[in-house]
Parts: sequence; C-alpha cells; structure tokens
Amino acid sequence: MKELYLGNQAIARGAWEAGVRVVSAYPGTPSTEITEFAATYPEIYAEWAPNEKVALEVAFGASLGGARAMVCMKHVGLNVAADPLFTAAYTGVNGGLVIVVADDPGMHSSQNEQDSRYYARSAHLPLLEPANSAECLEFVRRAFEISEEYDTPVLLRTTTRVSHSRSLVELSPRQEQPLKAYQKDIAKNVMMPAMAKGRHLAVEAREKRLAAQAQELGLHSVRFGDTKVGIITSGIASCYVDEALPEASVLKLGLINPLPMKAIHEFARRVEKLYVVEELEPVIEEQLKAAGLSVKGKELFSVQGEYTAQAIAQAIGGRQPAAHPPVASVPGRPPVMCPGCPHRGVFYTLKSMGLTVTGDIGCYTLGAAAPLAAIDACLCMGASIGMAQGMELARGRDQARRTVAVIGDSTFIHSGMTGLAEMSYNGGHGTVLILDNSTTGMTGHQNNPTNGKNIHGDPAPKIDLDTLCRALGVPDVATVDPFDLKGLKAAIQHALDFDGVSVIIARRPCALLSKAPVKPIRLDAEKCRKCRACMRIGCPALVDKGDHIAVDTTLCTGCGLCGELCAFGAIEKGE
Amino acid sequence: MKTIRILITGVGGQGTLLASRVLGGLAGELGCDVKVSEVHGMAQRGGSVVTYVCLGDHVASPLIEQGEADFLLAFEQLEAVRYMHMVRPGGTVVVNTQTIAPMPVITGAAAYPEGLLDTLQEAGLKVVAVDALRLAEQAGNARTVNTALMGALARQMEVPQEVMLRTLARIVPEKTVEVNQAAFRLGYEG
Repeated sequence: MKELYLGNQAIARGAWEAGVRVVSAYPGTPSTEITEFAATYPEIYAEWAPNEKVALEVAFGASLGGARAMVCMKHVGLNVAADPLFTAAYTGVNGGLVIVVADDPGMHSSQNEQDSRYYARSAHLPLLEPANSAECLEFVRRAFEISEEYDTPVLLRTTTRVSHSRSLVELSPRQEQPLKAYQKDIAKNVMMPAMAKGRHLAVEAREKRLAAQAQELGLHSVRFGDTKVGIITSGIASCYVDEALPEASVLKLGLINPLPMKAIHEFARRVEKLYVVEELEPVIEEQLKAAGLSVKGKELFSVQGEYTAQAIAQAIGGRQPAAHPPVASVPGRPPVMCPGCPHRGVFYTLKSMGLTVTGDIGCYTLGAAAPLAAIDACLCMGASIGMAQGMELARGRDQARRTVAVIGDSTFIHSGMTGLAEMSYNGGHGTVLILDNSTTGMTGHQNNPTNGKNIHGDPAPKIDLDTLCRALGVPDVATVDPFDLKGLKAAIQHALDFDGVSVIIARRPCALLSKAPVKPIRLDAEKCRKCRACMRIGCPALVDKGDHIAVDTTLCTGCGLCGELCAFGAIEKGE
Repeated sequence: MKTIRILITGVGGQGTLLASRVLGGLAGELGCDVKVSEVHGMAQRGGSVVTYVCLGDHVASPLIEQGEADFLLAFEQLEAVRYMHMVRPGGTVVVNTQTIAPMPVITGAAAYPEGLLDTLQEAGLKVVAVDALRLAEQAGNARTVNTALMGALARQMEVPQEVMLRTLARIVPEKTVEVNQAAFRLGYEG
C-alpha cells in the first residue's frame, strides 16, 4: 500500500533506504522535519549541530570516514555552510554525501527568497530537484548513487511546497551500505594551493563527464501533447504546469545542474513555442538562451513569490480562471507571540525605555510587530551583536548607551558567539540581551547545546551561557527573569551605563513547553478603570470589547504579565 | 472520481494540521490519489493558517486556487470570510462559530467585523455553522474541536461515517481515539 508522506518525511525515508548512517542539521523552516524524521530511524545517527556550517563539516567528515551522510538546511543556511561547500566540491567524497537545501519562494518563514540553484552552478555541484514526495524519496537515493559514482557532494533542492506537501510514496527496505575503507590521501583531501590546483582540474573534468551523461541519468521525463506549446519546467512549478496545461508538451527536469542539454534540444526541436516555467531566478532559462534556444520565461513570469496554475494559464494560455465569490476585506491576522511568551515583557520594556534594538532571527523577531514594535533592524542569524557594535562605531559611545542587541539562546550558539567576541575584543560598550527560552522556538522546539538535551530529548552536556559569555571576555553578565519587569529594566539600565560589554540573560522557558496546569488570570471589572495599560503588551488573550476588557480564558496562560502593568490592582493571578 | 478540493483554515495552534492529515488519510480508504499542502513555521504563531487537501484520480497540484475549493472548513469565522473567494460558486462552508480576535482588533486598530455568517451566505455559499467547542466539551475534551468539525464536513461530503471513523482511528494518538470518535459523531449528526 502507498503511504501519505510529507516531502520532508520522504527525504528522510529515502536517506534511510539509501543506507545513510549520519544526518546533521541546524533547524530552519521549511527543512526542519527532515532531520526530525531521520532521528526516528535507529540505523541513522541524527543530530542538531550548532549551525549549518558545522553540520556540513560533520557530514563531510562522516563521508570522509566512509559512511553515507546527509546534511539538511534552509536556503539561508546554505550561505552559512557555503565555505565548506565550495571546497568539498574540490575534494569530493568517500561515502556518498548529500546536501539538502529547502528554498522558500513567497517567504512563508524567511528573510529573503534567494535561489539555491545558483550555488550548484558556482560551486560546480550536481543538483537534483524533486516535485513531490515520491520524487523526494527516489531522488535522495539517486543523489547518493551520483555522489559516489562521480565522487562529488550532491545538492538536493526542495521548496516549501514540496517539503510541506503530503503525497503518496512507495516504500522499500533499507539497502545497508558497508562502511567504505578510509585511506589517507592528502592530494585529494588536504586543500591547500598545490593540491587544490590539481583538484580544480578534477572538478572541471567531473562536470564535463556529468554533462555528457546527464541524459542517461534519466531524471527528466517528457510528455508530448499539443506541440504548439512546449514547456520546460521542474520541481513544484511542474505540478502547476500539469494543472494549468494538461494538453501541452512538457519536459520536466529532475537534474538541474548540469542540465541534460541533449534532451532539451530534442524537445525544443519538436515544439513550436518554447517556454521555461521556474519559480524564482531564471537559472534554467539563462542557460537555454546561452545555448541559442529561442525561449520565453521571465518576460512572462515574476522572479518573486510562488506561482499558481491560474497565473501560468494566464501567461501561456490554457484554462480560464475559475469564477469565485468576492474577495472580502477583513482585518489581517499576522503571527504573534503566544500568550505567556517570556519575550513579550522584554520588548515592552525595551520600547518603554525608547532604545534602539538590533534584532535577530527567531520567534522574538515578532517583537518588531505592533503594538510592541521594538526592533529597529533584523538581518540574519547572529547579526544583532555585530550590528550593535557597528552602530557604536558609526555614532560613538553614546549610541551604545541607547542600543541593545537581542538574540535567542539557539541563535547565540549558531553565530552570536563570534559577534560577542568582536564586541569584547574590539573594545565595544554594547549591551546584549540573550533571550534564553531553553529551546529553538520558531522552528518547532528543537533542543540545542544550551538546554541540556539532544535531538531525542535525552540528557546531553549543557553549555552554560553565563560561563561562555565570561570566557568571551565579557566582564558584566547577569541573569534575570523576564517576567520580573522591574528587575529586567534595572538590569538593562545598569548594562547600558556599564563601561564595557554587558550580557543580560533573560531566562524563562518557552510558554508552549510548560506542562503546569493553566490558571487564567482574573480581571476584576469593579477595579478596572479601562485605562488599557494592559493592552500595550499585545497579548492575544486580552480583548478590547469597547466598553470593557475581556480575558479569553481559552488562550490565557495566567503568566500575569498584564497584571504588572495594572496600576489599579484589577488583574489577579488565577488560582 | 472527480477531484474534491478542501481548503482548511484557522488560527495557528487550533489543530488544522491534524484535520488535513485525517482528510488526506481518506485517500487510503477511497483508493485514490491525494495531495495535501501545509504551512509550518512563522504562520503557526497565532497567525492565519491555510491548508489544502485535494483527493481525486490524479491530483497534479497541491494548491487550491481562487474559486476552486468545493469545501471550506473554517475553524474561526473571520478566517472563513478571509478565504471565501477560494470557494467555487455554490460551494460549501463548514464554519466553527468561535471567534478569535486578531492583533489589529486587540490593539484597537480595527474592529472585529459583524455578521460574518451572513457575508458567507450573501456570497452564494452553502453555510453550515457549527458550535464545535460545545460539541467538543460534550464529547469530553475541548481539544476535539477539530474532530467535531470534521464530522460536520464529512456529512456534507457524503463520506460514510464508518470510513471517516476508521481513518480517524488510524491517525490520532491511540489514547484519544475514543473521545475523538465521540466528537466526530456529534459533529456528523449535527
């Protein structure tokens, strides 16, 4: 019987079937579940690494040691891992090595919508792109074969709609792969100029060989229908093409780098008008145009966002758009910090102090949204600390008295530590707030090196943030409870005034992790003066009913933060 | 069989993902093709979430586009209206009568609209309003709101009750099968 699998689940299954022994990753939407599913197979060692660069280095090491290994990340994670990526392309592999990268067209949960296929082009690595869960499973297996056959790391690229869609898959048993022998080979594995020159030649030769055999790898499929319109497409866009133009001729690609040019030329010869339908950048289109093919692509389609069957039909011709009821204009519902979130009081305090806040990547990025609206800048993982230091360099010591860098526990380990080293080594006076909620929240509660648990939830060595910050040269480190607003404010003021780098660890576990019974607050209507001070924290459990403030007891966790803002004692903790 | 497209919407954290898994699981019982598209990550933090379930002989795309949904299963009234243009003319909306204020309403920047069920009806849709929280509590667990709603939807889809109950039993945690099936029956029998 066929099983209904999430794309990410199918990738993990494919890896297991391919005999993978090691999977390393840093969580990132939409890639996270691959590693979580991999961790459910006892034959696979799966782990959360501190960041994507380390994860790739670990997977590379496992490959060097003769095991099949996989590393998973979101598109921006590949930027972090780009350093080992480009040189692993030179060394090649021992055991098969597959790098899964999940792009996010439409930015459902990301800060940009870069196209990872360019990495394959510039690092000269093969890249496969599946369109559904069955292909996720199949292409991972094929990626490992190609990796070992051609002595190269292989990229497997998905997008959100492939990773987070469920479709039917056929399961097979695991093919155990014996550990390959390890032999010291410095010409292949020690990349310094003399050896790297030799390996660069090998990279070129490998890419030529792959390009010549791309056709025979058979990762593409052709369907000839009406030959007036021919469409070259891949991944999720091919699903939309099928939906929009079931009669058209379609060449669906699976190997995106290098392209199977022989198949493309054959297809182009047999159709009258040729189109390329690919989300994001014109990666395929530019190569076809360079090869002299007359083809239309981004003249008709955006480089932004996700495509739809209706948009494709409109651009190329095909079925008419469906009639539909009117579009209603209703208030938006942006994501918010959960009721009881320990970050809420922090951003309330920062805003009330009128500070410049450099932010970072996590749930707490939501501190930029109204009504808290406390964050000034957010760039990438770990950037809050470097940005705060740069602000001080541009605007002087006084700016440091008005600036706070805010970063989560997991993000601090990922790439905040180096920012803190910069600040302390280069004589900054910055204030860094580490929001330690004992988890990696936004991606769905993954454990990390500071919470004392491994990927399975079993006890693991715990890195102590206080000790770590002191070791990085920070003389002033304090820990506060973010629900204690007075204590928090005093700690921030002290840190801003301190003549050097300060770290404040605001420590309280994520509200969603709490197993304690929930006791919603009680709002005393007699005492309430309707001043709405409590509403300033933007808690979804407090509702302004016009003539009174109501508590949604299905949402309230009873954290009591709103009570701290009430001057009339109208809010009491529940019992 | 003709493709059936179900759009599920609600507020992040309400349990829409379980509903999509169960409805997707119907494919096993019906012996047909299926695609389900979900949203994870940032949108789950109390934001508006939308999930697509498509069942049919051959399902090409996991997306449902404007005017294509046969059924809209809405866990919250405002979310039903937000996505009503996705439903085909004359399609069916199964809507939980619960309301949850979004942040612009909480901060006073906008008012929670009145008469949302009428808006759906005036758009020419078949509206089935369900007080799912009451049914869930009646079944014995307030967290079975989603299965109560699935019961109401199954009746509209004309899926035999036993088929859905079997699918449910396969997918929900073993300890909760009984209470979920009770909530489903209450929703089905309306």
